[in-house]
Amino acid sequence: MDLIGRLRKVFRNLPVDVLTRPAPSVDVLQLRGKEYLRRFFSPEGFTGVCALSSFIITILILFFLIQQSLPILQEMGYGQYALPLLSGLGYGDYAWILNNGNIVTGLINFVTGSTWYPKYLSFGILPLIAGTLVVVGGAMLIAVPIGIFSAIHLSEYCPLKIKNIIKPIIELLAGIPSVVYGFVGLIFLVPWLAGVFSLRSGQTALAGSIILSIMILPTIVTISEDAISAVPKEYKEASLALGATHFQTVWKVLLPAAISGITASIILAVGRALGETMAVLMVCGGVANMPPLSLQMFFTSVKPMTAAIAAEMGETAVGSVHYSALFGVGLVLFGITYLVNFIADLINSRFKKKFGRAR
Amino acid sequence: MMESKTELPTVRKRVGLGEIIFSIPTLLILAAFFLILGVIVYYGAPVISWNFLTGTPGFTMLYGEPFGPNFLYSEPFNLQILPYGGILPMIFGTLALVSGAIGIAVPLGVLSAVYLNEYLKEGLFKSFINQVIGNLAGVPSIVFGIFAFTFFSKQLDFGVSLLSGWFVLGFMALPIIIKSTEEALKAIPRGFREASLALGATKWETITSVVLPVATPGISTGIILGIGRIAGETAAILFAASIFYQSSLYPTNVFQPVMALTYHLYYEATSSPFAGINRPYEFGTALVLLGIVLLFSIIAIYIRTKSQKKRKGW
Repeated sequence: MDLIGRLRKVFRNLPVDVLTRPAPSVDVLQLRGKEYLRRFFSPEGFTGVCALSSFIITILILFFLIQQSLPILQEMGYGQYALPLLSGLGYGDYAWILNNGNIVTGLINFVTGSTWYPKYLSFGILPLIAGTLVVVGGAMLIAVPIGIFSAIHLSEYCPLKIKNIIKPIIELLAGIPSVVYGFVGLIFLVPWLAGVFSLRSGQTALAGSIILSIMILPTIVTISEDAISAVPKEYKEASLALGATHFQTVWKVLLPAAISGITASIILAVGRALGETMAVLMVCGGVANMPPLSLQMFFTSVKPMTAAIAAEMGETAVGSVHYSALFGVGLVLFGITYLVNFIADLINSRFKKKFGRAR
Repeated sequence: MMESKTELPTVRKRVGLGEIIFSIPTLLILAAFFLILGVIVYYGAPVISWNFLTGTPGFTMLYGEPFGPNFLYSEPFNLQILPYGGILPMIFGTLALVSGAIGIAVPLGVLSAVYLNEYLKEGLFKSFINQVIGNLAGVPSIVFGIFAFTFFSKQLDFGVSLLSGWFVLGFMALPIIIKSTEEALKAIPRGFREASLALGATKWETITSVVLPVATPGISTGIILGIGRIAGETAAILFAASIFYQSSLYPTNVFQPVMALTYHLYYEATSSPFAGINRPYEFGTALVLLGIVLLFSIIAIYIRTKSQKKRKGW
């Protein structure tokens, strides 16, 4: 339906006497006001307002990320070379003349731009995204097998007494602050890596991957363990009754049954790893170059998105193009983690529905 | 290969190949934990002293030890800047940040959970709000950090201040507190509520005098877990609340920045002009930070285990 038709319909449905009828008396208005106040200050009212706080906070975060990153998205709308060209010609201070670019094109240019060199106003965040992917990918390669096997061990093989000791310890591991992980990694892991692989500097993506893998293991282990434990007992008993060994039962029955819960744990861990800041900031070296597409990528210094924001935010002038670009990185990061968490939640809720038991 | 007809239930008890193979990853995880803990304690413990815990930080530009024998004779190029003294202002700063943040997050979080569990009916809106809360917990802390800087510090003009830190850390603790309170409320049997309502109490009276008191262990677990998370938080307060050194040491009002343990450790280890010179001092700071955070985590786990045992009796 066209716009005019729609407007006409809206106006047709308005009460006819909206302008001509007498205004409600003061008493009626007061009564109405009191009713609204009463509703608002009823227990249901103010707890409801509190419950909306999370939603409001999310909206606020999104709003300010978009508001602050609008300039860079507009300026990137003229292609990733417009800003560096301007700055190369000595007109870096006049970046605002590009302020009419297309935001969508700008976002695409911003995400696919291949050089991050703030000094010359070159703001393509592909190297940062690649850095994040290398570090997180490496961390998953280490953490997923260890985490899943450990979860199998805890839920199927470990005696209950020992399990009751180990599980809290794994939770404590999750509680260690990321800056402490980064500190230990910086002082022990980085020199060790440099020695073992005879690198000039041990501050590489690999160091970040190892530290990150330790940080996300608790997420994978606890949630996978819950998923395996949530598989109904009948599955296991039926398999054992058919003559399968315990190992066969675990491998062929329990794991396939729990696979969606395990997947959810892995995706949640990815979400956590993507957003981890201090550890990768301290051990990854912070060179915003494209990592090579070979095994060598783990041995180069990278600058993940989070590290870029944390390292460069303090050095930029508020309101500059660089400042805006860092908010752009934050916006992309927010979008990616939100999507990842959403998928994890979707899979997890499906798993819960399957076995009808909250984890 | 290991078949036996009679002892099916005991299959579990046998130590087989599987058990050994599967226990290696768990041992690796435990090794990582104790390695990190051990390293921090081993290098940090010698530094811990009464002076370290209750003194204020200072910096000396002497060669070698502060006020050591080389005081007057050290050559300029041998000059070193050493942090010395104690970390009381940072401990205070961390505790101040955490207590204010919890003061914001607890009422908001508990009331949210009460609404979600006691008033709101199952449906699209409830699953949507739960989705939002879950995702808020997954928002990267650095995103919280830049958000706090632009919103609280700049837009609301709080500046780099304790107040900004309170709000952003409170927001970060909020999902944890809501989730654990909700779980605690869900675990309370219907009979408790029905008995109270049958005695003539209103719904709100039931909530305040029956439901919340019974759920206290679960709620406090959530609160303490939240404390553990935000006490160790660095990225969120990086731009909005913390400062490496200020002459007044303690914030005199809420619009002043604070010195926090986490930021101090980060700056000390990487960015400061004397990074790496005085490692024992850094290890001492790390040990105190780790001690505070793990203490809260241990208390939370202890309360939860205890209340779970009690719940089995219901």
